[in-house]
Amino acid sequence: MRYEAPATAKEAVALLAKEKGTAYVLAGGTDLLVKMKAGMVEPDLVVDIKRIKAMREIKKTATGFSIGGAVPCAALTENAALVKAWPGVVEAANLIGSKQVQGRCTMSGNLCNASPAADSVPALVAAGAKVAITGPKGSRKLAVEDVPAGVGRTNLKKGEIVTSIELPKKLAKSGDAYLRFIPRTEMDIAVVSCAVNLTIDGKGVITKARVALGAVAVTVLLVKDAAKAIIGTKLDDAAKAKLTAACSAACKPIDDKRGTIEFRTDVAGVLARRAAETAYARAGGK
Amino acid sequence: MTMNPDLVDKTYKVIGTRVRRPDGVDKVTGRARYGADASAPGQLVGLVLRSPHAHAVIKKIDISKAEKLKGVKAVITSADFPDHTNGDRGLRDILENCMARKKALYDGHAVAAVAAVDARTAREALKLIKVDYQILPHVTEVDDAFKANAPLLHDDIFTDGITPTPTKSSNFVKQAEYGHGDIDAGFREADVIIEKSYKTEQTHQGYIEPHSCLASVSPDGMAEMWVCTQGHFVYRNQCAAILGMDANKLRVTSSEIGGGFGGKTHIWAEPLALALSRKANRPVKLTMTRDEVFRATGPTSSTSIDVKIGAKKDGTITAAFAELRYHGGAFPGNWAEFGAMTGFACYDLKNVKTVSKDCVVNRPKTAAYRAPSTPQVCFAVESTVDEVARAIGMNPVDFRIKNAAKEGTKSSYGPVYGPIGIGPTLEAAKNHPHMKAPLAKDTGRGMACGFWFNFGGQTCVDMNVTPDGNVTVAVGTIDVGGSRASLALVVAEELGVPYDAVRVVVADTSTLGHNDMTDGSRGTFSSSMAAVFATRNAIKTLRERAAKTWEIPLDEVVWEDGAARAVGAQHGNRAPLTLKEIAAAAPGSGGPIAGHAEIVADNAGVSFATHICDAHVDKETGKTTITRYTVIQDAGKAMHPAYVEGQYQGGAAQGIGWALNEEYIYGANGRLQNAGFLDYRIPVCSDLPMIDTQILEIPNPHHPYGVRGVGETSIVPPLAAVANAVTNAAGVHMNHVPMSPPRILKAIKALKA
Repeated sequence: MRYEAPATAKEAVALLAKEKGTAYVLAGGTDLLVKMKAGMVEPDLVVDIKRIKAMREIKKTATGFSIGGAVPCAALTENAALVKAWPGVVEAANLIGSKQVQGRCTMSGNLCNASPAADSVPALVAAGAKVAITGPKGSRKLAVEDVPAGVGRTNLKKGEIVTSIELPKKLAKSGDAYLRFIPRTEMDIAVVSCAVNLTIDGKGVITKARVALGAVAVTVLLVKDAAKAIIGTKLDDAAKAKLTAACSAACKPIDDKRGTIEFRTDVAGVLARRAAETAYARAGGK
Repeated sequence: MTMNPDLVDKTYKVIGTRVRRPDGVDKVTGRARYGADASAPGQLVGLVLRSPHAHAVIKKIDISKAEKLKGVKAVITSADFPDHTNGDRGLRDILENCMARKKALYDGHAVAAVAAVDARTAREALKLIKVDYQILPHVTEVDDAFKANAPLLHDDIFTDGITPTPTKSSNFVKQAEYGHGDIDAGFREADVIIEKSYKTEQTHQGYIEPHSCLASVSPDGMAEMWVCTQGHFVYRNQCAAILGMDANKLRVTSSEIGGGFGGKTHIWAEPLALALSRKANRPVKLTMTRDEVFRATGPTSSTSIDVKIGAKKDGTITAAFAELRYHGGAFPGNWAEFGAMTGFACYDLKNVKTVSKDCVVNRPKTAAYRAPSTPQVCFAVESTVDEVARAIGMNPVDFRIKNAAKEGTKSSYGPVYGPIGIGPTLEAAKNHPHMKAPLAKDTGRGMACGFWFNFGGQTCVDMNVTPDGNVTVAVGTIDVGGSRASLALVVAEELGVPYDAVRVVVADTSTLGHNDMTDGSRGTFSSSMAAVFATRNAIKTLRERAAKTWEIPLDEVVWEDGAARAVGAQHGNRAPLTLKEIAAAAPGSGGPIAGHAEIVADNAGVSFATHICDAHVDKETGKTTITRYTVIQDAGKAMHPAYVEGQYQGGAAQGIGWALNEEYIYGANGRLQNAGFLDYRIPVCSDLPMIDTQILEIPNPHHPYGVRGVGETSIVPPLAAVANAVTNAAGVHMNHVPMSPPRILKAIKALKA
């Protein structure tokens, strides 16, 4: 196994593109190193992106925030402007693992590991985030929900890396929230999760909404019917009931060691309602 | 010589104080040496190849390619373990569990092992071993194992305890019965009868330190092993027997222990490390991964239990019955029988009967886990007891107080009790502020009581006086929960010296006689009794030295407050001779001063506890949060109260984990799905409230200081206490542990429908 730590994204891409064996990107390593230790993967090449200075920065841009691909999740909590604009995203990223893990893990790694239970991904999808990708054939952007292709698979091409996550500007009177269900209080993986991002008008009526579910299908789901259920409402009981039903209806979960189909389907709706209530309050709704 | 073990009526000077623990500084600074900290020059890395199949015939194992790999120094299979067990079924099972012989009996069963110069080479070698399996149908569920058409694990099990003994082999190992009176008559007297069935899933002790050992066998047949264990003498005896060695040739040194809870009372990979070392002629270190610890060490039984209890309207239990079905994993055990003995031990019953049925399944060999087999039956019995109390409209604490066993009660498993703590713990629970505290919305309060036998057994202690008049104590019981501190306290108390004057170490197997392992809450009970006797022997020598110095008869010399004193009017002005003075004079007065004791400690003194639990249930998700928890338990005498509180809290924490989330999950293929701490969910710190404790002290009359074991009883009531709290919070009766969120949510939905 070779270990490389290039100083630029371009060099990283070149290394990955020309590798004939199995190549992995190393950011925080909280997934990759665990898999290597367990003997699940045996890479020929590991490319560490933490030495790439541009990928370690959180920048405020004209269109919102640009979060470098190697920024650890704990660092998000130290950026006051980001916490104010996207509390749901920052909270989701800092539910991953433990304090120690949060000091290493990255949202881009969480996304590219392509687990349907990834905590930061539903929050990013609800926020309408995009990723900036650099590859052998240049740069491109992709909506976060289009990155995972299945369990453990992404739509990135050989040699491509996610250099940053682009969060839009926060709209006035908006709020986001993320909730996950775990049987414990921490150190766990979502059995089912939900993120809601919504905007209200002066009267408290929801004008825009995005609802995403995690751990109920092979990839994180953007549930358009759930958004429809609450747009045009003041999140009254009828709207909440429709939201709950739409989320449960969208679930395509499995029975496994972490939960049952029935449980995930029921709890998806419950979490959606609770997350929507928090998001609505954060937007200034009463 | 025989000494009187009975309680001495005296005021204590150091016993009962919260002195600094002797292992504390080393443990928090990283100096303490655990199993994997042992190393030797030239050591090899040992790794084990394990069966991926739940049940399969091993048709052939080809190790030739692995043996040829550069850096591989030894490859072993069952062919390297000729059967030295001489018809001892228990030992043969241990041998077969350590290394599969004709069949792999569970997912994780060892089939071969390698020793190589490094881990990478050893891993590569494992891949080169070719095992030709013939996969057989498997059975992993306890109720399925008893079915007539169940896949058969062994062809030589003919149910014991049934008359006539069956002529056809089955998975049904043993049946046993306990009780007294006439339960049919008792049920006829009852105004209310509740009859229910319960299930509990398999749990692991979840110790943080994986099994690890370093084995070194020399060409002359002398061997050493450094290992993390609860009983190095037992490990020595079993390893030597399996490998066909004389026990004196194998010297075993124990490490500090990062948790055992019963799981380190059995040998697992240690014989493999020794066999690899013998074949490679190099030291071999073998450390299990977490995955191996879950798949191939000893979890509990999963169980299926029926309970029937009848009572009169005045609250008198008229009859109690239980049938218990437990498994021993892939090998015979008597786990259900333990449950049958302990299930109704808290109560004074006129008519009681329990029937135990032990079986085998395609799961790892069951081992002890803190009061083994008892939390499961306690869950079933104490849940039913709450239902009976509810049915007759009686407060659950009062109902239990009315039926509690007391001194003179004939226990459900036979013996008549001496002074015991069940009544006092129940009274203390009734009067505890926790019982009267207001409850928040969707929160319920539950309680349960529990029992454990406690055990004594064989123990040796050497107590030596140093030339400067301090004391060293060598014991052979592993310190898993504070025994070194407790032993220093008793020796200091007996001798009349400060705690800091005594240092206690765990000696290796070549320096003391045989000691039983630290199990059955015996460590402090039995070792402290032996330490008291050893100290009394040393005191006799100290008095003899003083008498010789003073040239007076021995019976005119007493030992008080760390010094020999002459008694009688004629000696009125004689200054005492202190321990330090006598020690300094030892070279001229007869040589080194020591005391020894080799005993079988009897009358361990049974233990009882009552627990109170508040649980909040989120009715939309089924998630349970324990909001308050109190443990009340009889310690006999708490030598070091902080350690005793720690035992109470630790058992409660493990029991809560078992109650809520911990379980072995097997796939349809018979493979364990959650062999790791991510999906085998023990509670993390933030999952639990601070667990309150109340120590009661009802002295054990058969220990010099009144000690009872305290380590195990605390895990017995939590399953039932949590279940009863959940019932009172959400209205659902949970008859299946763990009460994980999907199970509770399903029960809540069923209640609504």
